[in-house]
Amino acid sequence: MKVCVTARASGTEAPAEERFGRAPYFVFVDTETGESQSVANGFADAAGGVGPRAVQLVADNGAEVLITGQMGGNAAKALQTSGIKGYTYRKGGSVADALEQYAAGTLQPLL
Amino acid sequence: MKIVVASGKGGTGKSTVTANLGYSLSLIRDVAVVDCDVEEPNLHLFFPSASTDLPVTVTVPEIDSGRCTFCGECGKFCRYGALSVLKDTVLVFPELCHSCGGCTFVCPQGAIREIRRPIGFVRCSRPLPALNLISGFLREGEVQAPQVIHMAKLLAEGHPLILYDSSPGIACPVIETMEGSDVCILVTESTPFGLHDLRLAAEVAERLSLPSGVVINRSDGKDEMITEFCREHGLPVLMTIPFDREIAAVQNAGGLISRDLPGWSERFTDLFGKVSELAGVKV
Repeated sequence: MKVCVTARASGTEAPAEERFGRAPYFVFVDTETGESQSVANGFADAAGGVGPRAVQLVADNGAEVLITGQMGGNAAKALQTSGIKGYTYRKGGSVADALEQYAAGTLQPLL
Repeated sequence: MKIVVASGKGGTGKSTVTANLGYSLSLIRDVAVVDCDVEEPNLHLFFPSASTDLPVTVTVPEIDSGRCTFCGECGKFCRYGALSVLKDTVLVFPELCHSCGGCTFVCPQGAIREIRRPIGFVRCSRPLPALNLISGFLREGEVQAPQVIHMAKLLAEGHPLILYDSSPGIACPVIETMEGSDVCILVTESTPFGLHDLRLAAEVAERLSLPSGVVINRSDGKDEMITEFCREHGLPVLMTIPFDREIAAVQNAGGLISRDLPGWSERFTDLFGKVSELAGVKV
């Protein structure tokens, strides 16, 4: 299964980003193989409407789970429709730490 | 002639200048005043009167779910995020839509048609025998101010003399208001913020090839900072309104200094003369 974590840089050692739509990177990790792929967020500096577009990006990359800090109303609506499960991570650690917490089942659902 | 009143900085007195100039001119000729500050229109407060409202609508996409194959082309095309294609659903966010209509072109299935959505209204009234007031109102939460401004300006079209009261700043609504005008009055105050934003507004007017002049409001008599800037940039100072308790009292009561204080309607008529000269129009 693919999990997406919002991050400030690429790779699993990057600090997790609390903002969703304006996160600089989306780090996708395959929980079976441990392989990760980082996608730069082209919408990070856009004027508006970034939430739904970011959800679309996450969905297009095949993630079933999203871990981020918080999101706005439009993004939440899109996430709900996408069927992707969202979880909140706001501890300020790395992407790897967020994944660990998720695996341990300690993260709260986002919506 | 079309005169736009702008400022850059908010709260410098655009509406004060527009309302008083409009009132003074209405004593001698027909004038149309257009409130283009559609997110916060206020000229109607100076001119209470019976009015007629006309709705302003924009087009937004509607998806024909029978035809849509969820190919995602519309979502990829929309740079405003108004369309999200997710699995077996297309989400439309009408308030993010800029009504460009592009999605209807890129849809290979012809599954998108445009429907109309109200975003505000234009209020028309005739508070004085020679004064037409046209005010744009953008609904709370909406972003498409230029469309409402466009409609308000359209309804004033044909009047021989039009005053546009702009919103503050230098963003799209201001450019929409300035476009097509003949001359620009920049209202400022003698503060560092006033000067900073005057500089920005003057640059916009210059880029739009609008001849401009400056009105200094709430002047404490020490306006060197502003007058220096005006001299450097070839902007004439058209009028100075002092920082005065009597003026403030009239303003605070919702009054017009050109109507309620002696000498001011003449000063605003004089301002009109200078503005006409600036625009190269003989009056």
